[in-house]
Amino acid sequence: MSTTAQSPRVKDRSDDDSLVERFGSTRRGRFTRHVALCLIGLFMMYPLLWLLSSSVKPNGLIFSDLALWPAEWNPSNYTDGWTALEYDFGVYFSNSIIIVVLSILGNLFSCSLAAYGFARLKFTGRKLFFALMLGTMMLPGHVLLIPQYILFAKLGWLNTYYPLLVPNFLATNAFYIFLMVQFMRSLPPELDDAARIDGCGPFRTFWSVILPLCRPAFATTAIFTFISVWNEFFGPLLYLTDPELYTVPLALRQFIDSEGQSQWGPMFAMSVLSLAPIIGFFIAGQKYLVKGIATTGLK
Amino acid sequence: MTTSTEAAVMPEAAARPARSPRGPRRPHGRAHKDRAGYLFLLPWFIGMLFTVVPFFASLYLAFTDYDLLSSPEWIGLQNFADMFDDPVLLKSLKVTFIYTFVSVPLSLAAALGVAMILNRGIKALPVYRAVFYLPSLLGASVAVVLLWRYVFGLDGIVNAFLGWFGMDAIAWTSDPDFALTTLIILHIWTFGSPMVIFLAGLRQIPVMYYEAAAVDGASKWRRFRSITLPLLSPIIFFNLIQSIIASFQTFTQGFVMNNGGGGPANSTLFYNLYLYQQGFNQFNMGYASAMAWTLLVIIAAFTALTFFTAKYWVNYDN
Repeated sequence: MSTTAQSPRVKDRSDDDSLVERFGSTRRGRFTRHVALCLIGLFMMYPLLWLLSSSVKPNGLIFSDLALWPAEWNPSNYTDGWTALEYDFGVYFSNSIIIVVLSILGNLFSCSLAAYGFARLKFTGRKLFFALMLGTMMLPGHVLLIPQYILFAKLGWLNTYYPLLVPNFLATNAFYIFLMVQFMRSLPPELDDAARIDGCGPFRTFWSVILPLCRPAFATTAIFTFISVWNEFFGPLLYLTDPELYTVPLALRQFIDSEGQSQWGPMFAMSVLSLAPIIGFFIAGQKYLVKGIATTGLK
Repeated sequence: MTTSTEAAVMPEAAARPARSPRGPRRPHGRAHKDRAGYLFLLPWFIGMLFTVVPFFASLYLAFTDYDLLSSPEWIGLQNFADMFDDPVLLKSLKVTFIYTFVSVPLSLAAALGVAMILNRGIKALPVYRAVFYLPSLLGASVAVVLLWRYVFGLDGIVNAFLGWFGMDAIAWTSDPDFALTTLIILHIWTFGSPMVIFLAGLRQIPVMYYEAAAVDGASKWRRFRSITLPLLSPIIFFNLIQSIIASFQTFTQGFVMNNGGGGPANSTLFYNLYLYQQGFNQFNMGYASAMAWTLLVIIAAFTALTFFTAKYWVNYDN
């Protein structure tokens, strides 16, 4: 193996994705790696592909059927599932979409303001507040759960979307602040100086100079917010009791509550629909996601 | 798709001209500087009230008996004393510990292993990375936990697969000995997000270190132990802390897997699930707050322990 060490194939290309064979790579080694990766990938994708295929199989054929290509097609699972619960899934999907869109707007608004303050402005107590912000990033949410519930109950916010939305407009998600701070710090400080010389106050500098440059960080924030809010189960479970307000995850769980043993096909069909937006956003925004976890993960 | 998302995020800013129509405005003085900073942080300050006040309120409630209807009654350390005598609580603690200390090392090992294979320079890297990363975005969704119930069902595909090798079907989800295992497997299935972080870290290690070591005759294992592990140790450390904290707070998986009950025989009753039952099914808000603070102390202790041991195994100089 070590004879390949001086192989002339060693190239240094910093291009992230189209990486060429690195040090010590032999043809057989490459082949083995591809086989191993494909096997692992197959194992990981299999449950999802099985879900997709089961969503169009007739109920009787779903179980014990390992085949991914349905022998018999039953697309009515989708129409049955759509109307299987108390309300149409259209209601649950629009509830989820409302919450997701407002959460994204809230996070972008409040976290970018806070991030600009931390990253580019100097004021008394900045270091202390920044440390406090990092501290809340580590703080497990369950400690706040009960007093927050009591507070929201006293405000009359139970069974409304306020408990799910208002915190997002108040920059309570330190992770996104941190992500944006990291990004804003990487912008050259001369930008602010130039803007100031041109007569911009801090708000104008923020709005016209910094914000347009932060689009990648905003895209990352938007995608992360989308995925986590779309998946969120605990908050809606706690605060929403009226089925008319249910989000998609809460609705999906009702398939089990009703114990309809014949509902597998429709349940799988609705599961596929609930996962589709995440997968879509993932494919569209993979670049931002990978960058996002790499930057916040590393520093 | 990407561009339309970006455009939707901030259409106004892109459309605005960069120059101020007004004349130069140059305020001086420290007070003004402070004011701008505080104005930017205003939403965050209000948000901190939603964090700081509940933080201390839950500490207070931990020493009270409170059912949400009558006012809290101070009972001192009674809640904490009760916890030691609560077999269900001890069981939930045990479930959470087993889950954390089995699934975190296994998923981090899987993440590191696959990241190292990917880092060797492979064609179609973005495709592989996407395939391995995607499950970590779906692992906490209700749809996937529901799917897991049926994949591991008595006549599910896992048993059908085992049947090929002549093994008997296992009652994965209804046998207390196996129910937690299915959730540990689900956790390992989501190794993609630490993998992406590892991969970014591996990219930082210069290839010439490996070349030099190979010239000196170092074996593969030796190169892994003496180059990869030390240089990657800060990232391993970061992933370890993140995973432990997240895993102690598992909720959805236990809730959905067994209809909110944590069954069979409390074998998937995660600590936070029991906390939820105490707080919001039985309305023992004081007891639930005491549980929350106990978990906070446990998490803080493990984090501190990891930090303390860090100086022996985490390498910070370059």
